[in-house]
Amino acid sequence: MTMPVWLEIAIRVAGVFAAFLVLPLVVGQTEHKVMAHMQGRLGPMYAGRFHGWAQLIADGVKFVQKEDVTPAAADKHVFKLAPAIALVPYLVAIIVIPLGPGDLVAQPLDMGLFLVLAVVGVGIVAVLMAGWASANKYTLLGALRAAAQLLAYELPLVLAAASVAMAAGTLSLSGIVEAWRPWWLLWQLPALGVFFLAGLAEIRRPPFDAPIADSELVFGYLTEYTGLRFALFLLAEYVGIVVIAALTTVLFLGGWKGPFADADLGWLWTLLKVGAVSFVVIWVRVSFPRLRVDQLQRFCWLGLVPVALAQLVLTAAVKVAT
Amino acid sequence: MTVTDVLVCALGAVSLGAALRVVTSKHLVRAGLWLVVALGSLAGVYLVLTAELLAWVQVLIYVGAVVVLMLFAVMLTRAPIGPSDDLDRAKVPGVLIGGGAGLGLAAVLVDAYRWREVGLSDVEPGDAGAMGREVFTSWVLPFELLSVLLLAALIGAIVVSRPDVGQRSR
Repeated sequence: MTMPVWLEIAIRVAGVFAAFLVLPLVVGQTEHKVMAHMQGRLGPMYAGRFHGWAQLIADGVKFVQKEDVTPAAADKHVFKLAPAIALVPYLVAIIVIPLGPGDLVAQPLDMGLFLVLAVVGVGIVAVLMAGWASANKYTLLGALRAAAQLLAYELPLVLAAASVAMAAGTLSLSGIVEAWRPWWLLWQLPALGVFFLAGLAEIRRPPFDAPIADSELVFGYLTEYTGLRFALFLLAEYVGIVVIAALTTVLFLGGWKGPFADADLGWLWTLLKVGAVSFVVIWVRVSFPRLRVDQLQRFCWLGLVPVALAQLVLTAAVKVAT
Repeated sequence: MTVTDVLVCALGAVSLGAALRVVTSKHLVRAGLWLVVALGSLAGVYLVLTAELLAWVQVLIYVGAVVVLMLFAVMLTRAPIGPSDDLDRAKVPGVLIGGGAGLGLAAVLVDAYRWREVGLSDVEPGDAGAMGREVFTSWVLPFELLSVLLLAALIGAIVVSRPDVGQRSR
């Protein structure tokens, strides 16, 4: 089956946008329901009749209707640009994440892993822009906390990813899944833990949400945002969950490999694993209290970084031995 | 003109324009944000010239870390919204040194390549494998020297920022 190039490109772009818009909504809705049930509540029950499945769509409509307020003292251009900049890195990252074997990826790249790590680091510029341009002490404090946190956690994130790239001998995300074997679950277990936790910190999810910390900083760098721009930041957060879950899946959990029917149902395995990791992300949010800023840095430099370095040594040793 | 030429020229123009905004803008933080644009479009130029690894390194290190650290430092000290009139910019020496260095480098490059055309297909793409082979074969000594330099800078930073380390032993 061959199709014209333009049609193929159109389908791939449409696929990326569909994933970009649908998956975060699914994760968000799951968060509503899962968090509610973990806390002995029901969560949304009315929107769309059946267990409130349309709650986030209703939320979206509400956000669109709200007034778009820009503070008088703000740097207006930077303030308005920041939500868009927050979304772009994750959109680029989704392009290279493989869903299934063969050609089931929007744009296979020889250096997909490197690209993803590079662009995810750019998201921090958006946070600094938002926090500074709001002309508000709380937002500025939130942005500075976010910058310190993201710069610190980028190190263990990259080191853990480097370990699995070393094990697979390639930087291509599809290549890493091809090379993956089930016993890597044990071999790369420390890297998996480091990557997942550092990833949580990168997307500023609880318990690493000190930059937003609603009990200290109102709502951190998002304090002044309203309406659609606030919704875009929220969307960026949930796309972030999807991207981190997908990267964890592809790097450490074998991507499209499953107990059976890898070739035909690979995309389903990937989605199931992404869903499972996203569930853990929500679970962690409900279970753990927020880390203080000093605890955050301590945990990173004295916890994650040494573990990641030890994992690199272990990976190299096993790689040389076999 | 091929597509590559057009892209390189366009991205180069964006980079140059953004760089000019960096040094002329009166808004302190906006100057830093223009630096993001300048360095990012330079990464685009690398990408068009098939130096893929270099492009992503540029994004990871310069956009994601160096500029962010600069913005972080500026915001920690004094980052007013709106123009600052008391920016102490060395205009004439800046133009002389910046322009001189730029013209000198341009002259060296033009003299080295003249108008020789190199097809993109003749160049080995700068992917991870090629880069790794080069760094760990022909360039291994500079590479290791650089890592020693970075280590020295790292230790120096710790010593400078922790005056209590020396005092305890006294």
